[in-house]
Amino acid sequence: MKRFIPLLVFIVLAVFLYLGLYLNPREVPSPFIGRPAPDFTLPVLGQPGQTFSPADAKGRVWLLNVWAPWCVSCRQEHPVLMQLAASGVAIYGLNWKDKDGEAQALLARQGSPYVLTVDDRDGRVGIDYGVTGTPETFIIDKAGIIRMKHVGPITPEIWQKKFVPLLKELET
Amino acid sequence: MRRVLALAILLGILVFPALAGEARPNAENPEIEARLNRLAADLRCLVCQNESLAGSRADLAEDLRREIRTQMLQGKSDQEVIRYLTDRYGDFVLYRPPFKPVTYLLWGAPVLFLLIGGSVWYVVLRRRRNQQAEQTVSHEELQRAARLLESEENR
Repeated sequence: MKRFIPLLVFIVLAVFLYLGLYLNPREVPSPFIGRPAPDFTLPVLGQPGQTFSPADAKGRVWLLNVWAPWCVSCRQEHPVLMQLAASGVAIYGLNWKDKDGEAQALLARQGSPYVLTVDDRDGRVGIDYGVTGTPETFIIDKAGIIRMKHVGPITPEIWQKKFVPLLKELET
Repeated sequence: MRRVLALAILLGILVFPALAGEARPNAENPEIEARLNRLAADLRCLVCQNESLAGSRADLAEDLRREIRTQMLQGKSDQEVIRYLTDRYGDFVLYRPPFKPVTYLLWGAPVLFLLIGGSVWYVVLRRRRNQQAEQTVSHEELQRAARLLESEENR
């Protein structure tokens, strides 16, 4: 019995290390889940004089997609978002820290998946949402409560696994 | 005179690294800056997670430092600033996590390991002592020892 102890210790250690390989350190648990989406009022991109607040989207389930023109993974995500928008998903964009104001030209060139995009130039609203990097996507329900946060680009697989079940539940 | 000069030069050389030190804070208010650095050293940068908010050059870290500076200038206490950050980023920003049910195991682990190690140590020591106590010397062995000693003396 005694000589199996090192083996047992090794197995326990190996299991922990193995599980550790699949943990994502970027997935910081968000304190916002189940809490109302922080309020803001920001100018809408490309529509001078118009502003948007989360309250304007109340009554529908919507996605808040934090992105930026300088963000490479947002470009990866872009075609997926275009498809989702075409299938009727309400995606609102938050253009985060776009100091050079390139977002509008980019959307004009590549097409916009967004109902509208707000311009958070100094990044304050992003900080209020606990954003650490782009892209990040929040699911906000009809009552304006944040139900989920996804860090990183949305892929079709992630969409099927993480988003679809929750969205179905929220729509009913 | 030469000795004094040599000493002065030596002292000058020794003092130099102390002067080099950290980069000067670039704000007008050194008091706020010192407070900011002290606080930010215990906070995690969310982008490069193994760096402190004070040491990180990530864009977000600079934004957060600016935000903290603004709030301090508005007269907010350290507690309020920390609250502002944990409300947004969770306890993850704190390098010293608070003591609450989720972190009991984290904080308790050192004590737990000490207890486990201590009891293993105790058991091992006890077992060894029992073994030594059991090793009594038999009658024959004593006689043999006596014979050997005698033969030694007779030589």
